[in-house]
Amino acid sequence: MKLQRKNRRALALGAFAVSGALALTACGSDDTGNSNGGDSSASAQAGNIKCDDAKGQLLADGSSAQKNAIDTWVKSFTAACSGVQINYKGSGSGAGVTAFTQGQVAFAGSDSALKPEEVTASKSVCKGGQGIDLPMVGGPIAVGFNVPGVDKLVLNAETIAKIFDSKITNWNDAAIKKLNPDAKLPDLKIQAFHRSDESGTTDNFTKYLIAASPANWKYSGGKAWQAKGGQSASGSSGVAQQVKQTSGAISYMELSYAKDGIVPVTVDTGASAPVEATVENATKAIAAAKVVGTGKDLSLELDRATKAEGAYPITLVTYEIVCDKGNKADTLPATKAFLRYIASEDGQGQLSAAGYAPIPDDIIAKVRTTIEGLS
Amino acid sequence: MDTTQITDTPPPAAQPTETEQKRAARGATRPGDRIFLGFSRGSGIFLLVIMAAIAVFLTYRASLAISKDHGNFLTTFEWNTGLQEPVFGIAVLAFGTIVSSIVAMAIAVPIAVAIALFLTHYAPRKLSGPIAYVIDLLAAVPSIVYGLWGALVLVPHMNGLFGWLDDYLGWTGIFSWQGGAPRSMLTVGILLAIMILPIITNVSREVFRQTPRMNEEAALALGATRWEVIRMAVIPFGRSGVISASMLGLGRALGETMAVATVLSPTFDIQASLLDPGGGTFAQNIASKFGEATEFGRDALIASGLVLFVITLLVNGAARAIIARRAEYSGANA
Repeated sequence: MKLQRKNRRALALGAFAVSGALALTACGSDDTGNSNGGDSSASAQAGNIKCDDAKGQLLADGSSAQKNAIDTWVKSFTAACSGVQINYKGSGSGAGVTAFTQGQVAFAGSDSALKPEEVTASKSVCKGGQGIDLPMVGGPIAVGFNVPGVDKLVLNAETIAKIFDSKITNWNDAAIKKLNPDAKLPDLKIQAFHRSDESGTTDNFTKYLIAASPANWKYSGGKAWQAKGGQSASGSSGVAQQVKQTSGAISYMELSYAKDGIVPVTVDTGASAPVEATVENATKAIAAAKVVGTGKDLSLELDRATKAEGAYPITLVTYEIVCDKGNKADTLPATKAFLRYIASEDGQGQLSAAGYAPIPDDIIAKVRTTIEGLS
Repeated sequence: MDTTQITDTPPPAAQPTETEQKRAARGATRPGDRIFLGFSRGSGIFLLVIMAAIAVFLTYRASLAISKDHGNFLTTFEWNTGLQEPVFGIAVLAFGTIVSSIVAMAIAVPIAVAIALFLTHYAPRKLSGPIAYVIDLLAAVPSIVYGLWGALVLVPHMNGLFGWLDDYLGWTGIFSWQGGAPRSMLTVGILLAIMILPIITNVSREVFRQTPRMNEEAALALGATRWEVIRMAVIPFGRSGVISASMLGLGRALGETMAVATVLSPTFDIQASLLDPGGGTFAQNIASKFGEATEFGRDALIASGLVLFVITLLVNGAARAIIARRAEYSGANA
């Protein structure tokens, strides 16, 4: 049953050739990330970045939702401070927090604030201090759809909840017609996609449904999708791909993925006009948020049932998690310099080009003060 | 050197010859033999120790998670480890893993055997080489590439097949379709079938090629056609080989991760229809949940991985049992 030698050699050669070719092409086409503005602005802003005595390698891990933003920042920052290498691995908020509480990374990115038990765990890493949340990147979660002949759609929390809970199953349902009297809604089955992986996007999206339409969304929420029915795909890019491919599909994703045939829904929040999913409208929603963190922790609580004019309610805030005291001496200067840069006007100003929302002025001012106090 | 000792026909067990006894007594004392003996024994023990260490670690972590499960680990149709009262269960995963593998086997085995027979008994020599070579190359394609191909090319083209199946076989219940995107167990099964085709084909081809010439010529001498030769001489001879080849393929199908995660639309409930999206597999679930999972969530995933390990063990055991029984009268000492 042994493969004969000659065959085996041919097989090995062929396998090597093919896998080599595949590996090479995989590397070549890897860079699909959004790098808007990174290159052009890097040199212009280099003068404003304070490097201090920052040097060495900075390891970070966490939320994939803010990976594109971090990449943009890292490009401009390392262009100015050549002594620092920043390695942000976007393996997910959970993995990031775990890495942080084990002392493997200088800071972590997370879509949700630290839980009490995670704060306790962080105390062993932060000698004399604890882990704190610094809001750094906001982003609208678009509810994107693909229905032939429809290029504008208004939905409210109630209809969104019913669609994703398989209670509304056809695009010409009376409830959708009522909100869109002018649209030509086809007789087409609704294909609602959710995330199959655990995700901060799911967490924030379902928190919105719970807050804005508790009668129609009776699940407890969390990173895992709970409603039965519907279809699923992995990652924001995965669901975006499905919506693109499937006629009648709808799903939720970060705004930067809602392009090429995916139209974001305009949300009727109860304000005088329905609110579009834009970066500016997300910032307006974050501006109304309350700081609920104690001490130096600046975790935010969004008012997801907001009826404020122009505030887009389905919004996500991601944090950088660092130690307030007891940061490692060899990474502290670099951590401070990088965080100082991303919280600066320049840093925040780069966000909207990449599809993210900057943190409103009064909150980012508190973040800056906190960063200066890190030790 | 006595060359007859090198062939792998076992010597008559009853009475070892005098020269053999001498050789055994002398051989054991040679330093080279002793070093080799010690080395191979050491390697064997080392392997067992590693396996035991992994097993202990996995069982320990799994038991941590299962003891805090607020659902039933075997029957819960939910996977939510991030809650205050976490619930998770493997029912859907076990169902999906087994169903997708059965679909893959049902498609792949007949095709693989047909290809192997074609290559060994029908194809001209000039053609069989290149074809075998191309099939070998299929095995070298990384599974994530199959996943991407499946999601971007296969899935959009499945609508026609699904519609046809629903029209003509929808009454069976297994092939009814509610019109969702065709990212279901059947699509996964087809993709897995393509992935396991090379290994089954290859091993079957090698086995069929080993058919004793004498048997084939004897059948031809009795006036058998080529198909009758295959039916009477080649297939009985190769049966246990084909079974073990299929088990190798099944092993790959059971554990396939990235391709399934890319193509399937996993949901935590079971569908009777192969065409409606639903279910999931162990490996796919681990891959998609691991990134965001907490410490506890990872323990739960490890627990599910242990179940997959047990299922794989059972399948392998069954395969060995089948082969052992067949080997007695098929004439193949495989």
